[in-house]
Amino acid sequence: MMPHDETMILETPFHSRCLALCEINLWEDWKGYRSAAAYTSVEQEYFAVRSNTGVFDISPMIKYRFTGPDAGAYLNRLVTRDISKIAIDRVAYTVWCDDKGHVMDDGTIFHLAENDYRLCAYARCLDWLMWSAEGFDVTIVDETAEVAALAVQGPTSCAVFKDMGFEGIENLKPFGITRYPFEGSEVMISRTGFTGDLGYEIWIEPALAESFWDALFDAGKLRGIRPIGGAALDMLRTETGFLQAGVDFIPAEEAIRTGRSRSPFELGLGWLVSFDKPVFNGRKALLKEKKEGSRYAFVYLDVDGNKPAEHAFIYAGNKEVGTVTTAAWCPTAKTNVAFAQVDAKYGKVGQELVAEIYYERELKWTRVMAKCTVIEGAVFNPPRKRQTPAPDF
Amino acid sequence: MINTDKNYDVIVVGGGHNGLVCANYLAKDGRKVLIVEANDSLGGASATSPLNDEFSVSSCAHWLFQLNPTVASDMGLTKHGLEIAARDLSTIALAEDGNHLTIDGDKLEGAGISDEDRKAFVAFNKQITKFCKLLAGAFNRRAPKLVEGNLTDRITVAKLGLGMKMLGKEDMSDLMRLALINIYDVMEENFENDLLKGAISLDSLLGSHMGPRSPNTVYGYIYRRMGTVFGFNGPAVVKGGMGAVGKAMANAAQASGVDIEVGAAVSKINIDVDRTTGVTLADGRVINAALVVSNADPKTTFNKLVGLGNIETGVARRVKTMRMKGDAAKLHIALDSLPNFTGLTEQQMGQRLVIAPTMNYIETAFNASKYGEYSKAPAMDISIPSIHDATLAPQGKHVMSVIVQYAPYELDGGWNDEKKDAFKQLVIDRITDFAPDLKDKIVASELLTPVDLEERFHIHGGHWHHGEISLDQILMMRPFPGTSQYGTSVDGLYLCGAGNHPGGGVMGLAGHNAAKEIIKRGKSA
Repeated sequence: MMPHDETMILETPFHSRCLALCEINLWEDWKGYRSAAAYTSVEQEYFAVRSNTGVFDISPMIKYRFTGPDAGAYLNRLVTRDISKIAIDRVAYTVWCDDKGHVMDDGTIFHLAENDYRLCAYARCLDWLMWSAEGFDVTIVDETAEVAALAVQGPTSCAVFKDMGFEGIENLKPFGITRYPFEGSEVMISRTGFTGDLGYEIWIEPALAESFWDALFDAGKLRGIRPIGGAALDMLRTETGFLQAGVDFIPAEEAIRTGRSRSPFELGLGWLVSFDKPVFNGRKALLKEKKEGSRYAFVYLDVDGNKPAEHAFIYAGNKEVGTVTTAAWCPTAKTNVAFAQVDAKYGKVGQELVAEIYYERELKWTRVMAKCTVIEGAVFNPPRKRQTPAPDF
Repeated sequence: MINTDKNYDVIVVGGGHNGLVCANYLAKDGRKVLIVEANDSLGGASATSPLNDEFSVSSCAHWLFQLNPTVASDMGLTKHGLEIAARDLSTIALAEDGNHLTIDGDKLEGAGISDEDRKAFVAFNKQITKFCKLLAGAFNRRAPKLVEGNLTDRITVAKLGLGMKMLGKEDMSDLMRLALINIYDVMEENFENDLLKGAISLDSLLGSHMGPRSPNTVYGYIYRRMGTVFGFNGPAVVKGGMGAVGKAMANAAQASGVDIEVGAAVSKINIDVDRTTGVTLADGRVINAALVVSNADPKTTFNKLVGLGNIETGVARRVKTMRMKGDAAKLHIALDSLPNFTGLTEQQMGQRLVIAPTMNYIETAFNASKYGEYSKAPAMDISIPSIHDATLAPQGKHVMSVIVQYAPYELDGGWNDEKKDAFKQLVIDRITDFAPDLKDKIVASELLTPVDLEERFHIHGGHWHHGEISLDQILMMRPFPGTSQYGTSVDGLYLCGAGNHPGGGVMGLAGHNAAKEIIKRGKSA
């Protein structure tokens, strides 16, 4: 893999295959990697995940590896969740904070073996990780370029893997990790994803990336497999209620303006904060916040009508109380969903608010004041996401 | 001794002078206080150590020139045995040709000093004294936090601001200008005489990793001169060596009810999630207390005793980046009789002698240390305390104590016996240039590099001040931003050493202020 100083934009180990299938040639920059925004049409790709199997190249995801006797203790100090509770071959979603208790990023921690972890992150943060390593016996490696990865998501994904010969894959529990031999080497499969559906992520050495892709698409041909791009993924994650760093919150290290970063509580992620463990970054500030109250609340809204409430202001009566961070019409749930940050005293489930939506049709701008209701969470949450053994479609 | 039946309220880690001062105030406030000290003697870097069977010497700090009078009288140090053998000494800037310059308060003598320099020196002293007085108002209280707008802090800031205004237009603009430039430029603006410029420059940087042209040296000089406000008109020699300060303070503390255990190193400050519960000693004993006050420097406190993994990353990062690498060595020489310094009488040899013939001489000496080498021609601050104090050496014999700039903590390839010996010989040779018969009189000698000082006094980097005294590491930024009012991010853990506002030197104010802060916080401490 070429270092960035020699290449304007990097290609992932699957690039030749993505390129061949990217019919509309629509690309975006994902942390320095060329990543398909869409291959054919966004809706088609979206429905591939909800009805068949969609494959998303997640190789650009920032991946750090932690090894050494203090790796677990190190991560426990770094992130808000209690890492000691993540067994080997398990994955956990978490956030990590600065000393102020503001979220720097969210991501997943893979407990690969004794004293061996991988952290998948949205943003590069090696400097912070290295600063955090003072006082710990831990080795930290950025292995973003050393690991090729695909998200294989959708109801038929398990069946496709079975057809590839991954026997017993249906027994893998959500957030579990397993491994299969592949072409003399190994592929690691975790039952994780960003779509809220039955699905997996596969992790493999870059040299085997193309042949894995080929085997996967061969096996999935009759089950409607197709590659999906970032735009479809955005709809999928919205429908299932997943926050996107840089969109639904500004990572604390990237926020320039005072007051623009958010705590886990303010993002509805208080469940990720464990006060029953040793000191972790942000603990003090978060304890204080818990006691004294947060500034903001993060809410899921069911918005009347079918106009996505993108960038809308949110009102309680006549008072402006917040703004929308993510909004989309969700085709499967048939709901117009928005994520919003509102002043802390608003946003109880069931509360009615108003979204001020502007939309344009042929140069004519229209404003609607759409009623919206605060809802519990994801509007798409199928049983197959959790079922073990995974259902066969 | 540790009284196992006592439930201590406070454990002070380290019986340095600031630890003793702090413990004393806390005990007087009615708290049950225990000091645990790794060494067998108290006072920290204010120490007297044997040089051999017959001689002893102040093994780190060797002059008393900044001890705060409030602290001294609150503790009754005179009553508790502190004796000054000589005070208000002059500084004599040595010249190889014997035409030395004597600086005695405002008076300058010798070295062909001009009337212009004499006049300029009086004016310079007057201005520096004004600046010292201004700073003194902020020294005996906690440094303000700028953001939170607490009333006490606002008063401190207001006092400082008003004080600056009261300096008058010229002095105020001078202070703001001078504080940010370097002593070299200030000297060039004011004086002609090289010895005078060299001697003042040396005062601005002793113990630091700075040369005359380094920024922050003007503040360093003002800091050094704080003794002027505290009643010192030049350095003093303590009878029995600087260790006697520690002894008197320990007596005072014990009289106030403080228990003291010496020879007991703390291996760990115990923390239960985010609150300290006491300490664990190297021998395994665990002592509990609601409050732990660390007199150890901030790096030692957090790196070794707390563990960086037990604090949040942001704080750990501050600890790491704090600048505290010592660059001064100590040379101790036992002499079978007084050497003859060219052009000096015995009375004059009892003054403070400095070898800093020009500012460029010091800067050149500093150059070496920037690149990990020791100075080939070092600058020095020499004391022969036995002239005033017969307790340090047998009748007719003497000890000499020398502060040597520069000997970097991180010498290229590290310090070893060979390099230490070579440096020691080089330093002795250099002194011999001014005292030709010195070598004939040497009975014993030792050189302590910053690495040795670190080991002996448990100071990270061997830096006497527990952290460079520079504008980025003073007031609310000492020891580092976010930890500046003696409290730390660990509840119940306080710092009282020189690494905190106002800083190092045998002054006692860091310990005093820490105690006041703890007392002020009361139950919430």
